[in-house]
Amino acid sequence: MKAATAENYLSEHSVSSWLLTTDHKRIGILYLLSIIVYFAIAAVAAALMRIELLTPPADLVSAETYNKLFTLHGVLMVWFFLIPSIPAVLGNFVIPMMIGARDVAFPKLNLLSWYLFNIGGLCALYAVVWGGVDTGWTFYTPYSTTYANGHVVTMIMGVFIAGFGSILTGLNFIITIHKMRAPGMTWFRLPLFIWSLYATSLILVLATPVLAITLLAISVERLWGVGIFDPTLGGDPVLFQHMFWFYSHPAVYIMILPGMGVISELITCFSRKKIFGYHFVAFSSLAIAVIGFVVWGHHMFVSSQSVYAGMVFSILSFIVAVPSAIKVFNWTATLYKGSVAFDTPMLYALGFIGLFTIGGLTGLFLAAIAVDIHLHDTYFVIAHFHYIMVGGMVLSFMGGLHYWWPKITGRLYPEAMGRLAAMITFIGFNLTFFPQFLLGYLGQPRRYHAYPEEFQIFHVLSTAGASILGVGYLLPLLYFVWSLKYGKKAPANPWQATGLEWQTPSPPPRDNFDEIPIVTEDPYEYPAEAEAPPQPEPQHV
Amino acid sequence: MSDTATVHAHQFESLEQQKEADVLGMWTFLATEVLFFGGLIMCYTFARLHFPQAFEAASHRLYVGYGGPNTAILLCSSFTMALAVRAAQLGRQKALVRFLIATIVFGLGFLVVKGFEYHTDYVEELVPRFHFHWEGDQAGHAEIFFWLYFVLTGLHAVHVTIGVIILSVVAVLAARGKLSGEKHITAEITGLYWHFVDIVWVFLFPLLYLIGHR
Repeated sequence: MKAATAENYLSEHSVSSWLLTTDHKRIGILYLLSIIVYFAIAAVAAALMRIELLTPPADLVSAETYNKLFTLHGVLMVWFFLIPSIPAVLGNFVIPMMIGARDVAFPKLNLLSWYLFNIGGLCALYAVVWGGVDTGWTFYTPYSTTYANGHVVTMIMGVFIAGFGSILTGLNFIITIHKMRAPGMTWFRLPLFIWSLYATSLILVLATPVLAITLLAISVERLWGVGIFDPTLGGDPVLFQHMFWFYSHPAVYIMILPGMGVISELITCFSRKKIFGYHFVAFSSLAIAVIGFVVWGHHMFVSSQSVYAGMVFSILSFIVAVPSAIKVFNWTATLYKGSVAFDTPMLYALGFIGLFTIGGLTGLFLAAIAVDIHLHDTYFVIAHFHYIMVGGMVLSFMGGLHYWWPKITGRLYPEAMGRLAAMITFIGFNLTFFPQFLLGYLGQPRRYHAYPEEFQIFHVLSTAGASILGVGYLLPLLYFVWSLKYGKKAPANPWQATGLEWQTPSPPPRDNFDEIPIVTEDPYEYPAEAEAPPQPEPQHV
Repeated sequence: MSDTATVHAHQFESLEQQKEADVLGMWTFLATEVLFFGGLIMCYTFARLHFPQAFEAASHRLYVGYGGPNTAILLCSSFTMALAVRAAQLGRQKALVRFLIATIVFGLGFLVVKGFEYHTDYVEELVPRFHFHWEGDQAGHAEIFFWLYFVLTGLHAVHVTIGVIILSVVAVLAARGKLSGEKHITAEITGLYWHFVDIVWVFLFPLLYLIGHR
């Protein structure tokens, strides 16, 4: 019997068993390892920028190097960390298990996605090592097509190739969710993580090809010396901005929807309650995906877009905040009268709710045209989207990673260290980015390596915060690695969570389930009365 | 892996499930392809709305004598593809192989004609930047038209080439009897892709060749 339980998806150790694996769980781990590398490189770039910004004059790096640093930071963080973070790591690992499947629908395609992702990543890194790119992650024309030096095309090809990896991942998830659900797993019995990743996959599949063709067009234009975005021929550089943001604004939702899905799992599990308003939370994911496709123009309020277009995009940008707000209210309502446990994943989840709310509300400032004209291209924008990307996505990624870590590795991480790291991350994050709201409001533009002296205090606070944030990232790395060898063995369901992924051993067997489960109840059926400490007295009215 | 036609891959519970997943997968992929070409067609729309005269004049420099027959060739290839799918469903091995080969021949024919056409375009100095000469005052706008023409038809030709390669693989599999029984789904999925490539051309032909023709 011992031999039978010892056999799991991690049993094989050869290199080829990893590099040629078609197991969604192993591919998830491959993604995890790769994105840690890209994250580390991009984080070093950010650290260099923060050190440069400690003092008003330019002293550490030249203007050009600074441009290369923020381009590197943006490209790697957006395409090689945030977009694959929750979908390709946690999504790959848990989607099939959550819906009661043995694997994704197309396991070989799944492995191909990982290879495309890394070929793209290596192209981008090659461009960085051999001279760098200073266009910013947005590759605005005509600078990127005509004037920029450096390996713009190599960098773009990296993003292009990785893009096909994300298209295939999205496709795989859509088909998996449609066709691979276990008997009884109806659409409205799906965990909300699945709903949010379904919405994410729709965006991946429908928006990424537009990015691909746009990147192809600027590469052709740069190599060929002629193209549709070239103003000397009568072409229009703003057309590029429209096409770029037609992808990149939905991509912002690729970078937050999966996080929202994780939070729905964490909030319910650690307050031992059914989610408040399941259908609203589920459909708000789809609403965000759909409305997210029609708000791209709010990036061009000051780029010669017509006033009327600006007004429409402004209204739509306000509307897209509604489904996000629905989620926040429903999570909060779920907490109400729940028996809340402050385990590490829950700390990250609660941090998410607060930071995402700040990030979302400041987004409304930017959606208002008049305010945006003042705040456009200032540190206010930087602070706003870092509250979403880091305060939202990274925190939920960390929360999800802690939550599923026992399932992934079969080991428990040290809980006290986990809570400490979550607190450090939260404090460090706020100290880094809150001063940037003030900086931006006071008028400091983004993307400058030198600034007037009166801004120094905010930059010092921000750099200090970034150092603390760095500790918050390093700690989990250390204790996660430590736990692989010294962590306690994890039981199948360490959190007493609902969900099919917890009904199979930790780590799971190769095919996830010995027998495909039959689903008979809704998600999040937490037996609140039975599990909670005895509280016989009636509720106060 | 296995020679028996009814065995499904390990991640599926039944062959029916596998077939549905495969077909839905191809449809989803085609959705991304629509958006892929859609981005460029959006560029085209933008440019044509802004420079209608230049686009009309430039379009007249393309030869319907190349584009027209090529349209016919691709439509015929879709017909033989449909027949191939039907043959696969009915389990007629030989007919399947024959129709697949016919589709491949049409696809190659299209590429050959396209090659001759590109050559003509080069000779007539219609290649932007490298070999471009334009009588008239809207040379820049015409250059944009031909840029779009080369990028759109070039991307389409890449898709035709990939289609021909896939068809060849499927034809070899069919000839070896690997597509018998329930495996006809492979032919159906290939058919979906090929029809898509055909439909893209059905849009490109009028957009590029027929501006201002009455």
